[in-house]
Amino acid sequence: MHIEFDFPAVLERWPSFLGGAVLTLELAFIATLFGGILGAIGAIGRRSRNRSVANICTIYVEAIRNTPLLVQIFLVYFGLASIGLKFSAFSVAALALVINVGAYTTEIMRAGFDAIPQGQIEAAEGLALSRLQIYWHVILLPAMEKVYPSLTSQFVLLMLASSVTSQISAEELTAVANYIQSDTYRAFETYILVALAYVVLSLIMRAGFWGLGMLIFPRQRRLGTPL
Amino acid sequence: MGGHLNGNHLLFLGQGMLWTFGLSVIALGGGGIAGFIVALCRVSPSRWLRIASGAYVQLIQGMPLLVIMFLAYFGLAAIGVQVSPLAAVGASLTVYVSAYLGEIWRGCIRSVPRPQWEAAEGLALSRAQRMRMVILPQAVRIATPPTVGFMVQIIKNTSLASVVGFVELTRAGQIINNSLFEPFLIYSIIALVYFVLCFPISRLSHRLERRGGAARETLTPA
Repeated sequence: MHIEFDFPAVLERWPSFLGGAVLTLELAFIATLFGGILGAIGAIGRRSRNRSVANICTIYVEAIRNTPLLVQIFLVYFGLASIGLKFSAFSVAALALVINVGAYTTEIMRAGFDAIPQGQIEAAEGLALSRLQIYWHVILLPAMEKVYPSLTSQFVLLMLASSVTSQISAEELTAVANYIQSDTYRAFETYILVALAYVVLSLIMRAGFWGLGMLIFPRQRRLGTPL
Repeated sequence: MGGHLNGNHLLFLGQGMLWTFGLSVIALGGGGIAGFIVALCRVSPSRWLRIASGAYVQLIQGMPLLVIMFLAYFGLAAIGVQVSPLAAVGASLTVYVSAYLGEIWRGCIRSVPRPQWEAAEGLALSRAQRMRMVILPQAVRIATPPTVGFMVQIIKNTSLASVVGFVELTRAGQIINNSLFEPFLIYSIIALVYFVLCFPISRLSHRLERRGGAARETLTPA
């Protein structure tokens, strides 16, 4: 058997690959930002004294964490269409990813909240901080610092999982690869290159999160130690 | 197009569910064996084995499973290696799972308290004996909750097999949808089936985690 590789034929399509990679990063950024906010709200909701709010948050987390992203994407895609709403594939993909990562973030943030000693919250109450101040300075930020490594790996996994949105023809990196391989008949070379591109993207994201961590957690920057 | 969901459709979904289950077993079996080897390499005394296995884990964990599947199915076919969807999916899942389980298990082996290694060494056990008789039995207890938790990921990830045309639960749903065109209903049913498969395992993992915490405390030497 004679196997011949032709990477240049695929590599010359680099502008398309780059466009796909940028879109993948955009999807990851949107999902990280809004999924992170949704997760923080979800984690606060799970601590709510109102039972029904806490239950709704729990049901959301369990429903998302126990079903595949692919099926969730189809549900959002066809669900929106069936109630007559038309969005671009990119918006649907972003929405599905936000809903998905929001549930995982809720669970991670909850672990962070649980790790905040009750005494610290009581001390903050004793210092007459408002509820909002307590949530922000004493619960949310320290909790985020504690679970920052888990959060960031979750977000990197999310970026990789965004490849699944190619199935509803969002034009991200994997969709670009599918298109190029059907055009060049070089499936092997295309997918090898795309796989490596994803490795590079995840390294970029990790480096970015490391830098961000240094920026938003001064303790880490000054002492070099996590909480 | 048209028609209603009937018994035959449900039967077809049932068959798909069995394949989802079968794929999960293949992934857990294959990925478990390969992952065990990866974990052992990651804690090996040989520097090169550690570096090579570490690179393998970093590489695989940096790729989406979907791309690995495309590579195994369309990529290999393009260079003249014809593989069946089952073989391609099974191999992709094995490679993918091995990188994650290998890393999880490495952590578990490493978290066996240091004095246990030293005591075993002091008893003049060989490295293989130390692993087999002292470290691994304790590591298995630590590893059980995260491994059970990862099984949920495996079951969910088998849904990606649908994209290379393998008829498991998700693909079965797509095929039925192509004839009935009731996507919201059908994907809701599919999601529910996945939930029924995964939720008990999630709960089990959660329970084991809480119980395991207590067990581990009793393991810590005085």
